[in-house]
Amino acid sequence: MVITVDIIILIFMILGALWAVMTRSLLRSAIALAFTSAVLSVLMFKLNAPLAAVFELSVCTGLISVLFISTISLTHPLTWEEIFQHMRERHKRFKYLPFIIVAVGIGLSMVSVKLNLPLPAPETNNDMRIVLWNLRRLDVIGQVVILLCGVFGVVILFKDEDKK
Amino acid sequence: MLSGLILLPFFSLIILNLPFRALMRRLSFGLFQCLALAQIILVLSPSVFLSGSSSFGVDRFFKFNLINDNLTRLMLLCIGMVLLVTVFVCRYTIKGPSERFNFINLLLIALIGTNGVVMANDIFSLFVFMEITAVASFILVAFHKKADALEAAFKYIILSEFAAVLMLTAIALLLFICGSASFPAINAALKNSPQNFLIMPAIGIFLCGLFVKAGLVPFHAWLPDAHSAAPAAVSVFLSGLQIKILGAYTAIRLVTSVFGYSRPVTQILMLVGSVSIIFGGLAALRQSDFKRMLAYSSISQVGYIFLGLGSGSALGLLGAVFHLFNHAVFKSLLFVNAAAVEAQAGTRDMDKMSGLAARMPLTGLTSLLAGLSAAGVPPLAGFWSKLIIVAALWISGHYVYAFAAVLGSLITLAYILSLQRRVFFGKIKAEFQEVKEAGFALALPALVLAAITVAVGIIFPFLAQMPKF
Amino acid sequence: MNPQVLGIFWPFGVFMIMLSVIGIYCMLLTYNLVRVLIGLELLIKAATLLVLTVGYCNGHIAQAQALVVTFIVIEVVVMTVAVGVVLGIRSHNGSLDVRKIRNLKG
Repeated sequence: MVITVDIIILIFMILGALWAVMTRSLLRSAIALAFTSAVLSVLMFKLNAPLAAVFELSVCTGLISVLFISTISLTHPLTWEEIFQHMRERHKRFKYLPFIIVAVGIGLSMVSVKLNLPLPAPETNNDMRIVLWNLRRLDVIGQVVILLCGVFGVVILFKDEDKK
Repeated sequence: MLSGLILLPFFSLIILNLPFRALMRRLSFGLFQCLALAQIILVLSPSVFLSGSSSFGVDRFFKFNLINDNLTRLMLLCIGMVLLVTVFVCRYTIKGPSERFNFINLLLIALIGTNGVVMANDIFSLFVFMEITAVASFILVAFHKKADALEAAFKYIILSEFAAVLMLTAIALLLFICGSASFPAINAALKNSPQNFLIMPAIGIFLCGLFVKAGLVPFHAWLPDAHSAAPAAVSVFLSGLQIKILGAYTAIRLVTSVFGYSRPVTQILMLVGSVSIIFGGLAALRQSDFKRMLAYSSISQVGYIFLGLGSGSALGLLGAVFHLFNHAVFKSLLFVNAAAVEAQAGTRDMDKMSGLAARMPLTGLTSLLAGLSAAGVPPLAGFWSKLIIVAALWISGHYVYAFAAVLGSLITLAYILSLQRRVFFGKIKAEFQEVKEAGFALALPALVLAAITVAVGIIFPFLAQMPKF
Repeated sequence: MNPQVLGIFWPFGVFMIMLSVIGIYCMLLTYNLVRVLIGLELLIKAATLLVLTVGYCNGHIAQAQALVVTFIVIEVVVMTVAVGVVLGIRSHNGSLDVRKIRNLKG
């Protein structure tokens, strides 16, 4: 296995994901998720998918992190005693995760996969915008409908009836 | 013309949300009824209306690639019927004009979603419309924001999105072999490629995603909570339509047109179907909550559809599709009755109720008819569909599965009779002396659905020619 | 096909499986509702990475980008609805701990 730049970026992504899961505080977890999204966006750019990379960067890193951080900021802060007990309990459950990940990674990279599949012909127009707007017009309508649905969801779910 | 079934609700959605508040609120209920009725009439009309492609400007701009065969038309009929019943129930149970307006908008989005699922000719468009329907039903389950409804909605969201991730992974693996994502292209690529190691995992992962969406047994954890804690009208939509369109119809379409009947696929389908039948039935026997028992019964009946699909023969497929239609009819009817009982008696706990048939005769009679159809008692419609499924299994030699299907039918009869005895028969208790019969908005769909069940059951043996799929 | 392009598939596939394992582990073993959503997000990222990798190896990168963009829109709407439900649960129960939310049984 040749250590290329791709492998290093992938390792950064896994480290970011591990940090998101194993850290105690939820706020750092959300920031680590944003970091993972950013690294994933760089990976997408290297896979010759610049439009998807920009989309992922702006939407997932920006919007979803704003959502999570605004949710987390509504939680009560714990007392110091609760924090220590919580840390000990968490550590018991989550300490096996890095070892499992390293074991899975090493185990799977030993398996050599022979990909002798008949691949389809490469596509004719290489522009994603043409593919999305001309060939996949039904998906565009679907996106508009689901955005409208999201608007309704926000209106229904985020409205406070009676503040205590 | 078929693309109008997606575009017309889409444009109505936009029009309904223009800033003319009061006018749109009064208009919304009637508009939705017209759309659903138009869909039913369009499907039942001769097919010359559907297949002609017009050369108007609209059709040139919105040129979609849609399926138009008999299975799709039957599904569109089911969608129109169940959504019409849902909107009638919502008129009765959702009070408050602005709440009802939001509800009808969400039902419009669900209509667009389910129409898209049954008409999509492309595996990724199918997935997108499946997600649209799923998101609409997340919001619908959490509509009144009660405590148990929110918890049920959260469980439903997590499991449903897990299924979506599984399906997207399977789509990615399938796209490795095939260039485009449309059904005929994938079918051709799967037939042409050698037996390589990517196809079986892809099909298996996709089927696991479908089992979660349909609520079959290893993955049914969201179903009893979501269907029982949701508002009454939403339970009709979820159980009568959504688990079948997103789970069973998609499985039927994919296994027949794209994946093909290979031996592991049929084995898995039959195994999961039969386990769901037995488990759903046994779990329903132990319930004391009306709607929870009906939710477990849904698990059981969808197991029948998968069992019929997995039998691999045309007869089994016919039985599966017919049972899908019957289940849409009788399960919606049972949930309409549950809505009536809950609205009048104020509780869902069956141990507290008794003898309601004296005060609610229409509800009692229609729920008895629906229950007997579910149990497969002749001459109602459920008897014929179960008979066809059992016959298909017997003919193709799967005796154990046929026995499991018959056993499931007996268990269904047991819990339906227990339901009837506890809720409707017996002596009426003191606190229920003043319950009235359900209002017009609930009685009309109940009568129509019961009439459909009885009529289909009586007319079915006289149909000379089975529809070809 | 270009064997160098195809050789990209397995390393990316291994890392995608590792990311999914992290996501599933997080979803199963956490006591906090928001962390369940974070685990789900990691699973979704793994799936989009797989779609793009397959598109790159195939030569159909434009179609893969279209699929990923559509799926990101869906993901954002689902996360918004999920956060709305979590906020509703929190306003009913006062905490986001899964062990304290036991309204539905059976």
